[in-house]
Amino acid sequence: MPTSSHTPEPLEKQAVPLEQVLRVAELAQLELREDEQQEMLRDLNAILGHVAQLNELDTRDVPPMTQVHVVLPDPASQGALDAGNVLRDDSVRPSLDRGKVMATAPDTDGTYFKVPKVIER
Amino acid sequence: MAELKSMSSSTSQTTPRTIRSARHAIVSSETSAVALADSYYDTIAQEDPKIHAWLSLSRERATAQANRIDDLAKSGELANEEALPLAGVPIGIKDVLVMQGAPATAGSKILENYRPPYDATTVAKLAAAGAVLLGKLNCDEFAMGSSNENSAYGPVHNPRALDRVPGGSSGGSAAAVAANMAVATLGTDTGGSIRQPASFCGVVGLLPTYGRVSRYGLIAFASSLDRVGPFTHTVEDAAILLRVLAGADPMDATSAHHPVPNYAAALNTPVKGLRIGIPDEYFAEGLDQEVRAAVEKTADALRAAGCTLHKVSLPHTRYAVATYYVLATAEASSNLARFDGVRYGLRAQDASTLSTMYRRTRDQGFGKEVKRRILLGTYVLSAGYYDAYYRKAQQVRTLLTRDFLEAFTQVDAILTPTAPTPAFRLGEKTDNPLEMYLADIYTVTANLAGICGISVPCGNSSAGLPIGAQILGKHFDEATVLRVAHAVEQSQR
Repeated sequence: MPTSSHTPEPLEKQAVPLEQVLRVAELAQLELREDEQQEMLRDLNAILGHVAQLNELDTRDVPPMTQVHVVLPDPASQGALDAGNVLRDDSVRPSLDRGKVMATAPDTDGTYFKVPKVIER
Repeated sequence: MAELKSMSSSTSQTTPRTIRSARHAIVSSETSAVALADSYYDTIAQEDPKIHAWLSLSRERATAQANRIDDLAKSGELANEEALPLAGVPIGIKDVLVMQGAPATAGSKILENYRPPYDATTVAKLAAAGAVLLGKLNCDEFAMGSSNENSAYGPVHNPRALDRVPGGSSGGSAAAVAANMAVATLGTDTGGSIRQPASFCGVVGLLPTYGRVSRYGLIAFASSLDRVGPFTHTVEDAAILLRVLAGADPMDATSAHHPVPNYAAALNTPVKGLRIGIPDEYFAEGLDQEVRAAVEKTADALRAAGCTLHKVSLPHTRYAVATYYVLATAEASSNLARFDGVRYGLRAQDASTLSTMYRRTRDQGFGKEVKRRILLGTYVLSAGYYDAYYRKAQQVRTLLTRDFLEAFTQVDAILTPTAPTPAFRLGEKTDNPLEMYLADIYTVTANLAGICGISVPCGNSSAGLPIGAQILGKHFDEATVLRVAHAVEQSQR
């Protein structure tokens, strides 16, 4: 990643090589067909090339905006958004009916979700 | 409120098209809620084969609700204007919001047979206010797209020009209102997905402030950006709906404890004296000349209505699309991890191990754009790239938001085009994702900053395509945004 590029990275440079696209696909639990691999390689490099323009900005002293409320200086608005931790009452109440939830599962014994075997003996 | 003329349906010369007129017609026995719902279903049967706005219809639930409303009307319980403000009003729901027992595909094959066991808070609020919920509306898969061409169930066609896209991702929601297949609809907006399709289809689309409307029951795309809001024919209807939808929800910890005003009543306050900001950055290279002319005419109309116009600067605008596509995809990659074939939706049948099952399920279930965004989001969050991309984008998000906070010390609202062009042709941009993303330039900024906005029709191109003006407002100042949009609407009459 260049630190002071003023133009998007030229595509020929292939900032992200194919092996890295495949590694990311593995992390994201995605399978990519051969034709998809080439397409994603092209698109990721084009998009990240555009994203590289963010490096034109000096953000050393800029706090990251992790939530909408953190940048609001107006006390009126801040009161609304920055209410601290929003906690509900610690009281027992009904949740969704288990039967109805399990009815939407692909495979279940009615109590648990069933999946293919994880550990081989 | 003047009755809007039907565009296409032969039976609808007298069919009410606005919330107030629909409710009035039922309360005064000019029609019944059941007859009104039937009339809208007839229009859907007639129009939708060429538009494809609807993915499923919930006629049983709609009829039950309509019968209930008719009983209440007969017993005089709706005589009070404040009772059930949406009594009998036919409304459609974008398919990323859940309705108990109805399909909720999010435009994806991975949720094809999912029937959620509960109502989203916004759906429950509409029902509690008397709305008749007609069914679920087509959209880009997981709300990822600007043209509705990413729906796994096929694209929506723009009712104003069938060879054009309706915009996205809430394309079905916009098209349904434009084609008189619903009085109003719900959409969602993560980077423009309400305002841009509203602009393309010639209807009103409202983006409420972050936290204003509950997201409980919304299938999440990017949680720091996602909003739920209405599509309507008129600004008044958007105001009426926002009052129903807004408010804190114990089921959504990001919903705000902020008083909900009577937005429709606020429309009676004249706009005279309001300061309207015009940002140069939104009238730069890439803006279609007819869109520019229409928005400049809108500025003149607001001046004629007594507003004052001021140049404002939003200097980081050119970084908005890059910032948005880093943050939105990062959040999406995390949110969409839940689609793994275990608890709901599709499961690949041919896998013998758990990890193969995950991968095949996601491979078969997700479309190309969704995979592209998950990959990009996973990449920018991965070890070694987090600071360079994700944290950097969060910092630029701060700068973009400061731009707005600074501008709003000088003006009450900001006027811009909603989109750089009118609706483009189906297939025109599908080969180049980056080009499609760049067209979101005027809308992603409001999502990043958390502010509210609206798209209101402000004219037509020479080809007869609708053009939308975007009004942006301060956090929780929807009332001002609606008032300015109302003045724009009046100037179009």
